[in-house]
Amino acid sequence: MVIALRNLCKSYETAEGRLDVLRGIDLDLGAGDSVALTGESGSGKSTLLHLVAGLDRPDAGEIMIGGRDISKLDDSGRAAYRRTEVGLVFQQFNLIPSLDVAANIAFHAKLAGRHDPTWENELAERLGVGTLLTRYPEQLSSGQQQRVAIGRTLAARPGLVLADEPTGNLDEANADAVLDLMLSLAKGTGSTLLMVTHSQKLADRLDRQVHLRSGKIA
Amino acid sequence: MTIWTVAAALLSHWQRRPLQLGAVVLGLALATALWSGVQAVNAEARASYARAAAVLDQNGLAHLVSPHGRSIPQAVFVRLRRAGWNVSPVLEGEYRFGTARLRVIGVEPLTMPAETQAVDLRNAGELLSFISPPGTLIVSPETAEKIRRQTDLALRVSDRMPEGAAFVDIGLAERLLRREGELTRIVIAENQRPGLEPLGTLAPGLLAREPSAQSNLEHLTESFHLNLTAFGFLAFAVGLFIVYSTIGLAFEQRRPTFRTLRCLGVSLSALAVSLLAELFLFALVAGAAGVIIGYLIASLLLPGVAATLEGLYGASVPGTLSLRPEWWLSGFAIAVAGTLISSIQSLLRLMRMPVLAAAQPQTWGRSSQTGRRFQVLAAAALLGLSGALILWADGLRAGFGVLGCLLLGASLLLPPMLSGFLTLMQRLSSGALVTWFWADARQQLPGLSLALMALLLALAANVGVGTMVSSFRLTFIGWLDQRLAAELYVAARNEPEADRLRAWLATKVESVLPIVSVDAEIRGQPMQIFGVVDDPIYREHWPLIVVMPDVWDRVASGEGVLVNEQFWRRERLRIGDQLDLASDWKATVVGVYSDYGNPKGQVIAGLNALTSRHPQVSRLRYGLRVRPDQVADLRSSLSDEFGLPPDNIVDQAALKEQSRRIFDRTFLVTGALNIFTLGVAALAMFSSLLMLSEMRLPQLAPVWAMGVTRRDLALLEILRTLVLWLATFAAALPLGLVLAWVLLAVVNVEAFGWRLPMHIFPYEWVRLGLVALAAAVVSVFIPLRRLAGLAPSELLKVFANER
Repeated sequence: MVIALRNLCKSYETAEGRLDVLRGIDLDLGAGDSVALTGESGSGKSTLLHLVAGLDRPDAGEIMIGGRDISKLDDSGRAAYRRTEVGLVFQQFNLIPSLDVAANIAFHAKLAGRHDPTWENELAERLGVGTLLTRYPEQLSSGQQQRVAIGRTLAARPGLVLADEPTGNLDEANADAVLDLMLSLAKGTGSTLLMVTHSQKLADRLDRQVHLRSGKIA
Repeated sequence: MTIWTVAAALLSHWQRRPLQLGAVVLGLALATALWSGVQAVNAEARASYARAAAVLDQNGLAHLVSPHGRSIPQAVFVRLRRAGWNVSPVLEGEYRFGTARLRVIGVEPLTMPAETQAVDLRNAGELLSFISPPGTLIVSPETAEKIRRQTDLALRVSDRMPEGAAFVDIGLAERLLRREGELTRIVIAENQRPGLEPLGTLAPGLLAREPSAQSNLEHLTESFHLNLTAFGFLAFAVGLFIVYSTIGLAFEQRRPTFRTLRCLGVSLSALAVSLLAELFLFALVAGAAGVIIGYLIASLLLPGVAATLEGLYGASVPGTLSLRPEWWLSGFAIAVAGTLISSIQSLLRLMRMPVLAAAQPQTWGRSSQTGRRFQVLAAAALLGLSGALILWADGLRAGFGVLGCLLLGASLLLPPMLSGFLTLMQRLSSGALVTWFWADARQQLPGLSLALMALLLALAANVGVGTMVSSFRLTFIGWLDQRLAAELYVAARNEPEADRLRAWLATKVESVLPIVSVDAEIRGQPMQIFGVVDDPIYREHWPLIVVMPDVWDRVASGEGVLVNEQFWRRERLRIGDQLDLASDWKATVVGVYSDYGNPKGQVIAGLNALTSRHPQVSRLRYGLRVRPDQVADLRSSLSDEFGLPPDNIVDQAALKEQSRRIFDRTFLVTGALNIFTLGVAALAMFSSLLMLSEMRLPQLAPVWAMGVTRRDLALLEILRTLVLWLATFAAALPLGLVLAWVLLAVVNVEAFGWRLPMHIFPYEWVRLGLVALAAAVVSVFIPLRRLAGLAPSELLKVFANER
């Protein structure tokens, strides 16, 4: 999926006054690209990711996804975009605690109308959670939960995978294993990957790196 | 100093969560209010009975009475006085002043102990006007208002007098009641000279009755007050559910604070003391609010309660409330007790909490899952116990025990049952959102369990009590049709007028049915014996439950009598049993009739049998049988001929209407308590949903992020609340019907002595369902508005790494 961000601006009102988080971001990503978004805390990485995910709206600028400006979409239009075109992986996993592993993995795919039990089982096997399908999130370790979260994202075969510190809660060995899987699966499905990370080591393994500093691309 | 620092840190939690604080205080205040309000009503009524008993019955003193409730000759009193006994005579009976029937108590003011007199008659002038002809009636202000235009006798008003009674000189009582030389009882003063001849020798055949701590009225109305207390307790328990769940959540949310405080060197005891001080503060604030609200509720309820007591027991209770200091104390005590009961589990958990325990606000309430098996077992044990009580125990308290076990057992069983239902629905569904919907509802269940249990109790109480009252109403109306079969009822003002009336009516109506009764004491109980003529109206209409063949022939011949249901049950009588109606009057029980709304036992004998034993009985009232189209003419003829006031001529329709009105007024208080309980349950639901909504974001945000709109999420939240409500309502219906059965077949029989058939009223369920549905929608409205209006930035916080 081709992504083009033009002059993207976003600010928040805080107790200390207006805070400009993003100040005119221009960025292009090609289909199947994997890009690491790096920068200090507060540089605007997560905000940029949220805007691209359609979770929030920019104050100004365009977010062209597949030739369509998603910032112009209304609430339900952006919900449909997230449902069918985007896959999100969070640092806190954000699994649905009331559903077991199998239901969590199938959840987004079902919402997107791309439920494929064979593919979901294959993903679960490759992610190493095939034996944990009937367990609930609270019964899993952090590494296992993150694998399920990745499985949930990739099961829906999204054109764009957005990951916010997906290995931030994992130890180094687990982080490497999870990233390997994510990269290989994203490549396999032809998804574009935009990943926020603080880790230079992880960033080095992606096709490109974009560094943010005080709301601008450095 | 440490305690203050710790307390400040703990209290800061509430500053940031004012809604939670509001839920604790409001829940506690409501629980206290409903409990103390009901207690206030009970205390007021009991104080009124005690006042009445002290003045009317002199129940603080011993008495001499005749064993069969017959009169005592005045000579016995004279003999006792001459022998040196400090005794005083009393003659009492019922007398009609126009349409107002009063209990007339004739006393002898010179010998009656002063503390039992309604007014101070030691002043010579006062005494003289009391005992001099034509005489004075000492009555309550309300009674004075009623009879002012109905008598020429002087009226003196006393606040100590209960309504519906008049204190008179014994000479006047003799004249009014036409019982010259007769006494009802002899009061024995406490101070007696030593060495007196024994009472048994001086007054053989009379019974000495010891002073009683409980008045007859208090004994009679005990079931009603127990009923009221049960309702108050139910509302109290429902209110405590709110407090329990809110305090539990607040403790769980403050775990990080507890952990930090412990790590910083605050001892467990200092922490516990601070938390107890905090809870005590809440109890004081909520207790004060609760007592004030309770006073308002009691003031609101008391007129209804007074109407109920008058309707059911003929007990007179003032409709106004006096503020008593003991309420404040008991209100605060119940608030403190309620707070401690609601927080004991959380406090114990805190005492056992390891220093490094992590906070688990989302799993708050799930700890109950560990005890689920225990919950099911406890529920089964309670339901089993209620069944055992039905089968093997009797008495009113056992009846309430059945209700308590049943309600508690069923409410404990509700969460596991709902959990099973939601799991089944989840298994049966296939779509992502539908599956999530059921799974998420199950996830929320522990947090909502207490509110749903409260809702179950309130709904079941509504269905149960509603079914009982409506069944009673339906039966009562049918019974009225049977019982009030005469077309017109007329009351003469005096005996000569009654003689004239009888003679005049002989040619004007199909039949004249005298309504004649005497008071008596049968098997130690105050009773009424009615005399009836042999008329087809009784044979065709009288509501008989159990009969012997040829029942009316036996009554007419004087051989048999009928007894009312309550006396029959209380005395465990059987058809064919012999009944001692007086020392020289025995009769066979030949039938039993239903007699709703009458607290006393009643016997119906043949008129001749009654009048031969009580020739002096008053014969002022008559039922008249005429063709319905002649009622209006007869009524106006009676009015023209005898100048009777309108209230002395009542037609059947007006009497039925009046009875229905009294019936409906009698159950007003039940309706009010039902609404209160339902209101508290709705509040419990509201506060639970509101608090859960604070913790819902981590569960909802991922679903929103995956493309479900906030509007759809809000709709699903409504739907979830409605599903849980509907499931609870469905569970409340059978529980309510069982409750109604217990009320009709166990509690009513014990409390009133009558058993009513049970009827089903589905329209009432629909109405209740709609009211409860509205309450559920209102309870979910604010949390929902919050969710629907949530800014994306709030949802995004869930995904922020630096949360």
